[in-house]
Amino acid sequence: MSQIQATPTPIKASTGAGFREFWHYFAVNRGAVIGLVVFTLLVLIAIFAPLLAPHSPDQQYRDAILTPPIWDAMGDPRFLLGTDPVGRDMLSRLIHGARYSLFIGLFVVVGALFVGVILGVLAGYFGGWVDAMVMRVMDIILAFPSLLLALVLVAILGPGLFNAMVAIAIVLQPHFARLVRAAVMAEKNREYVMAAKLSGASHIRLMLVTILPNCLGPLIVQATLSFSNAILDAAALGFLGMGAQPPTPEWGTMLATAREFILRAPWVVTFPGLAILITVLAINLIGDGLRDALDPKLKRS
Amino acid sequence: MLNYILRRVALIVPTIIGISLCAFFFVRVLPGDPILAMAGQHGVTPERYEILREQFGYNLPIWQQYFNYLGSVLQGNFGISLATKRPVLTEFMTLFPATIELALVAMIFAVVVGIPAGIFAAVKRGSWFDQVTMGIALTGYSMPIFWWGLLLIIFFSGYLGWTPVSGRIALTFFLRPITGFMLIDTLLYGNWAAFVSALRHLILPAVVLGTIPLAVIARQTRSAMLEVLGEDYVRTARAKGLSPRRVVNVHALRNALIPVITTIGLQVGLLLGGAILTETIFSWPGIGKWMIDSISKRDYVVVQSGLLLIALIVMAVNLLVDVLYAVINPRIRVK
Repeated sequence: MSQIQATPTPIKASTGAGFREFWHYFAVNRGAVIGLVVFTLLVLIAIFAPLLAPHSPDQQYRDAILTPPIWDAMGDPRFLLGTDPVGRDMLSRLIHGARYSLFIGLFVVVGALFVGVILGVLAGYFGGWVDAMVMRVMDIILAFPSLLLALVLVAILGPGLFNAMVAIAIVLQPHFARLVRAAVMAEKNREYVMAAKLSGASHIRLMLVTILPNCLGPLIVQATLSFSNAILDAAALGFLGMGAQPPTPEWGTMLATAREFILRAPWVVTFPGLAILITVLAINLIGDGLRDALDPKLKRS
Repeated sequence: MLNYILRRVALIVPTIIGISLCAFFFVRVLPGDPILAMAGQHGVTPERYEILREQFGYNLPIWQQYFNYLGSVLQGNFGISLATKRPVLTEFMTLFPATIELALVAMIFAVVVGIPAGIFAAVKRGSWFDQVTMGIALTGYSMPIFWWGLLLIIFFSGYLGWTPVSGRIALTFFLRPITGFMLIDTLLYGNWAAFVSALRHLILPAVVLGTIPLAVIARQTRSAMLEVLGEDYVRTARAKGLSPRRVVNVHALRNALIPVITTIGLQVGLLLGGAILTETIFSWPGIGKWMIDSISKRDYVVVQSGLLLIALIVMAVNLLVDVLYAVINPRIRVK
């Protein structure tokens, strides 16, 4: 009895050591650390947006339409990054936009991860016709260019931020399903799974408790990649008028409404795109660091 | 080899059926009524509505409609556009060369810049060249290309005035298409000024569309190259006293390019997705813009058949890449 009770301790110690080892490899990558810092800042900006933004994102200053940024001779000290075509403060809209982009990324990744992992585990664990069915459906989704499929799905569901997120999650989840399926197939005949099976573990326990945690590395990397893809795709849908609808301060939507002013007022186009680029770049930097730290094959090189 | 190809083709048949089902039913659940959309602003009388419903087969059970659709698609009839009243396949064929031309030039740009950049970065691993190149590559990979396109327009068209803002060629030229590829057609006509105009229209869209593939190819080439450079046979080649140049160009590169070719093939689907954004920004008359316009005009027939045609093309290219991969890499065939 005492032996069984003693087992949790070494496991805890090993996860702590595992994290330290992971952090060691992650921190070597300077880019990844920079990405993490920028991302943390963005999260803080998103959380404290109402406190940080100098103006309301929807307040229209009719006396200051299309004011250039402060470093321009025509700039107005009230509006650091200038104003948009209806006189709203760019900086405040950008700060509030961080909330949308990060929420979109989170929602899509959680949704795609949830569905993809369930389908992938089922396909990999049971094999046979379950596998064939699930994987054919994934093949079908992947045969369409993802942005086009998302567009058509949004057209069916109706334009809007929520429907855009659902569409993007549907389009991104086959990647998770494929990844998990491959990992489960590789793991399911290993001895520790056999041992668990012989000791009477149920299918669900075998799938979720025994096998799944050992497929976590590639899943985390894929989740990071999907996070940045989700932000890009949602912005693209917003840009095409199928995502968040004006006056929502979503960065892609802001770009769509600013398009006709590109030559007259470049700043209304420059800043929202720059915000998207910085966010996506930070996440991809983290993703690169995670991949190097979690992929044992690359560790040695 | 033939066996492998046949097996691969057999595997995609259920997928193709699934794609046709998706294309058909997706469009059927789109909000709105196809007959009312066809009638436009004038509307129709209830009697005329029933006649049209019967004429287009919308009164039949949905399954029968699907099989009728499948039947006519197999005969090469993809339906008539509700908006232009022209056959969808004809429209597709007139617009497709524009997308192919754009995508091909974008891909050539990506390969010609991306592969050498990746090789140099790998050979000079850790140098400032490597770091800067990979920094740029990751930035390119993270780029919202619709914004990138707008920035290039602001700078090259607005500020410098070097390139036109939209279209495929200046409106002063009217050339009846021969191949549909503007660069080739203008040369066939021997119209040098038109060729230059077409080229100037093409550069910015091609750069925008090629940016993400370029970044992916450069990163992939670098990591494939690094892996190969650590192999025993490369060490042997070096030990034999071969020049570093020969080791890289002959021994390492050939093996490193195998995964890169797969990567290039996989970019085709992404390229078609990117074409939607690029063509919208530059008003490029290709299938990406055609699909977007049809979705917003609720032209069901075009959306349905366009989805089907595009998915079939992506699948065909993926199949081609797989076969090509099996030709280069015999190990894959036995699996």
